[in-house]
Amino acid sequence: MTADSTPALVQPADGPDGDPASAGPSSAARGPRARNTKAYVQYAAAKIAGAVVSLFAVLVTSFFLFRLIPSDPVKQMTGGKRVSAEQLENLRHQFGLDQPMWKQFTSYIGDALTGDFGTSYQFHTPVIDKIADALPATLLLTGTAYVLYSALGIWLGTRTAWRNGSRSDRFNTAFALTLYSVPSFWLGLLLIIVFSVGIGPIPGMFPTGGLESGGETGFAYVIDVAHHLVLPVITLVAVGYAQTLLVMRSSLLDEMGSDYLTTARAKGLRDDVVRRKHAVPNAMLPTFTLMFVNLGHVVAGQILVETVFSWPGLGGLFYSALSVPDLPLVQGLFFVFATAVILANTLADILYPLLDPRVGR
Amino acid sequence: MTLLEVKDLEVTYAGGAQAVRGVNLSVAAGQKLGIAGESGCGKSTLALALLRLLPAGTKVSGEILLNGEDVLAMKWGRVRAVRWAGASIVFQGAMHSLNAVHRVGDQIAEPILLHKKATQAGAKKKVAELLEHVGLPAARAESYPHELSGGQRQRVMIAMALACEPELIIADEPTTALDVMIQAQILRLIEQLVAEQDLGLIMISHDLAVLSDTCDRLAVMYAGRVVEEGPALEVYENAVHPYGKALSAAFPTIGDPASRFAPRGLPGDPPDPSALPSGCTFHPRCPVALDVCAAEDQALREAGPERRAACVHVGPTDASTSAVDARSTTA
Amino acid sequence: MTTQSLKVTSPRALARARKRQSAARFWKSYRSHKGGLWGLGLLFLIALVAILAPVLVGEDSQSVTDAPGGPLEGPSGEFPLGTDQFGRSVLALVVYGARVSLTVGLLAAFLCVAIGTVIGIVAGHFRGWYSTVLMRITDWFLVMPTLVLAIALATVMDRSMWTVIIAIGVTTWPTTARLVRAQTLAVESRPYIERARALGGGHGHIMTRHVLPNVMPLVLAQTTMIISSAILTEATLAFLGLSDPTITSWGGMLQDAREAGAVSAGDWWYLAPPGIAIAVVALSFTLCGRAVESVLNPKLGVRS
Repeated sequence: MTADSTPALVQPADGPDGDPASAGPSSAARGPRARNTKAYVQYAAAKIAGAVVSLFAVLVTSFFLFRLIPSDPVKQMTGGKRVSAEQLENLRHQFGLDQPMWKQFTSYIGDALTGDFGTSYQFHTPVIDKIADALPATLLLTGTAYVLYSALGIWLGTRTAWRNGSRSDRFNTAFALTLYSVPSFWLGLLLIIVFSVGIGPIPGMFPTGGLESGGETGFAYVIDVAHHLVLPVITLVAVGYAQTLLVMRSSLLDEMGSDYLTTARAKGLRDDVVRRKHAVPNAMLPTFTLMFVNLGHVVAGQILVETVFSWPGLGGLFYSALSVPDLPLVQGLFFVFATAVILANTLADILYPLLDPRVGR
Repeated sequence: MTLLEVKDLEVTYAGGAQAVRGVNLSVAAGQKLGIAGESGCGKSTLALALLRLLPAGTKVSGEILLNGEDVLAMKWGRVRAVRWAGASIVFQGAMHSLNAVHRVGDQIAEPILLHKKATQAGAKKKVAELLEHVGLPAARAESYPHELSGGQRQRVMIAMALACEPELIIADEPTTALDVMIQAQILRLIEQLVAEQDLGLIMISHDLAVLSDTCDRLAVMYAGRVVEEGPALEVYENAVHPYGKALSAAFPTIGDPASRFAPRGLPGDPPDPSALPSGCTFHPRCPVALDVCAAEDQALREAGPERRAACVHVGPTDASTSAVDARSTTA
Repeated sequence: MTTQSLKVTSPRALARARKRQSAARFWKSYRSHKGGLWGLGLLFLIALVAILAPVLVGEDSQSVTDAPGGPLEGPSGEFPLGTDQFGRSVLALVVYGARVSLTVGLLAAFLCVAIGTVIGIVAGHFRGWYSTVLMRITDWFLVMPTLVLAIALATVMDRSMWTVIIAIGVTTWPTTARLVRAQTLAVESRPYIERARALGGGHGHIMTRHVLPNVMPLVLAQTTMIISSAILTEATLAFLGLSDPTITSWGGMLQDAREAGAVSAGDWWYLAPPGIAIAVVALSFTLCGRAVESVLNPKLGVRS
């Protein structure tokens, strides 16, 4: 369940020390395998059960977060606007706020389990429909960026660590640290000024925002969307690759002095084979965990960049819901975002043993 | 022709530490050479230097003739071809020397595929043979290192070292991390394999008793130099260099109650290789040091038949009498 | 107290001398990290600017009503970074923004580290179900999307600087808690803890006198990293309009600029400075944190 720590290493399950003769071929061939599969199923089941508990906890949290902390949710939603007492009463009734707390809670849980997160205050449509409409745009943008920055981060991280201390290592690390400190939305705004609006001799080359210009069909539509994707993807990659690079770099540096690498070199393997086949698979383990944390954020994390580029995705929707504030929509999105992160973490936990044979068997 | 001949080998690390300072060694086919010394005396550096495995920036000079060909003068492509196929290494602590995320069978097959240009099936068959040869069931090829016990892992390391039928095996503390029973098993295995296949063996250890038991000849290293060498048993039982004496006295002799009740160590620590003492590097710890030791370096000299030692007390005429008995002096 | 000739033998003085010594050792090692020195220097400079803001740019430069310039003027001799939509000097606003950024960053990180340390030590020190429950809560918080949670919290609370501080502090502590717990377990397995217990040291005594001092160095490195991310989160929340709209912050400036149409007008001089300021402060803290980390854990030394 943990996002930042790898699952605990399982102690070697070996028999009495130095018993080559007693470990008969049959027991060695079938015994551990069967035992492993069973242990793995148990491990995976425990992880899934943990995820279910977490999801339920998210539901409960969001209930209390949006009903108990605001002194009066309806007043907050209507903000400074002039609303009559009668209208307020109607709204309260509409959101079920006039019912006793326990009843609100049970009906909320029941509704949520059937995918009903209520009706959006600003759009007057079911929250779940708004979310379903916006999801594909988010997946397109952040999915593209995710693949690019993960690949770039792993590639550069490996390169810099392998040439630790070299000029290119120092430059790459410094560059990554700098981009890591830059707010994503600001970088997006700058890119818009430079490449969309145009500055000095640079003409405006890219659209300032949105997903499409409208009116295009077929192949032209694909090109148009790709054109709109360029700047937001660059923004996301720029701030996203740095973390992957730094994690990959430091975990590879941890492996660099390892004895098994000396063994691999002593076998006569070429330097790049030693790196690719021996060092990287070990160094990938922490990076793998990070990649799955980021995968969760493919759905959740990019509120700012979507807002800046007016991208019609979940992040943009979240922003518009915040500024009202449209509490049912905020609540629904909160649940979706948290769910995505929890699912991605669970997936990481379940897949991890396939990468590291020491875990979970 | 001797299998391996090392001449005037010097290794200086990037930080200025002189780890090996002028070592001469030779190993013939079927011969077993033991190298003994405290940790930090340069014995592991020596092992890595033989296959040019030291980190970039390390200065290595001298000659390492493997079958008459100088390893230090080879192109990198040739070095890679010689690694494992010409000489292989059994490292200490097999848990860390094996890659945790690959099956041991694949790790043994790796050099076979590389050097012997074998097919996957051929390599797999060879792996099974090798594992059974070192006393493991062939099915162990499917295991991961963490699923094996310490002794089993060391057997895998030995099977791996034999994979390309090298002429020379370098065993760097092959039994240090194991408990005594397993240690004996592994030593017997190594001895048996060396005898069967007429291999050359260099065994490195801090344990003089283990070495004298397994090896034909013994070289004792101190501060990057060989300070004493000779037939294994003679060096162990009757060392002439004060350091050799101290080292063998540190292990109680079975059947000698006196040694059991008074195991002797040596005061002080081995010198820092980047700031070595003047003259004979052993003189600050030497119980029988003379004034001349602090000023003059002592070279290896004859100390009896097939024996050499680097000590001022060792003369070509009466080696055994002039060497003052280190055990008689109080530390 | 005179230290030269007098032989100081009281345990307190001894402890003080030892502390001074280890501080000197720490500094000597820290000094060898170029990045860390840069970070420290920059932070010193920025802190100075923040403290001296009224002297440097005048006390009334945040006032909307009697702004000296016209709206959205480009850089000029009088306004080196131009003016905002109310005619205020952007340079002056950036200088004032440092105050909010540093205050919020430091306080939020302090809150986060305080919660994380207390929970981490308690969960590491005690055995039994409450320790398990604490760690389950920590784990659960750890998988929550931090920014989303902070935004949600800030949304339902009043708009103020304190809201932002609380929202950041309450959502980021779990990493610290995990770290501190691991360290606590390591410290408590040492023999002298057993001795302290045998001598009758209670839970409180062991946790505050033995565990805490040993955990602190690690927490220090962690804190500098957290300040850096807290500053970024503060800017984000302010940009989303979730902070107090009446105070000048860098994130808030970017929001103002965006709403005033500075983006489509190409007014880079208004947009660039606050972002650069955020990046410089965040980077400085990160650099310091990495240097502290590699001083404490020399194995990481190669990473500087």
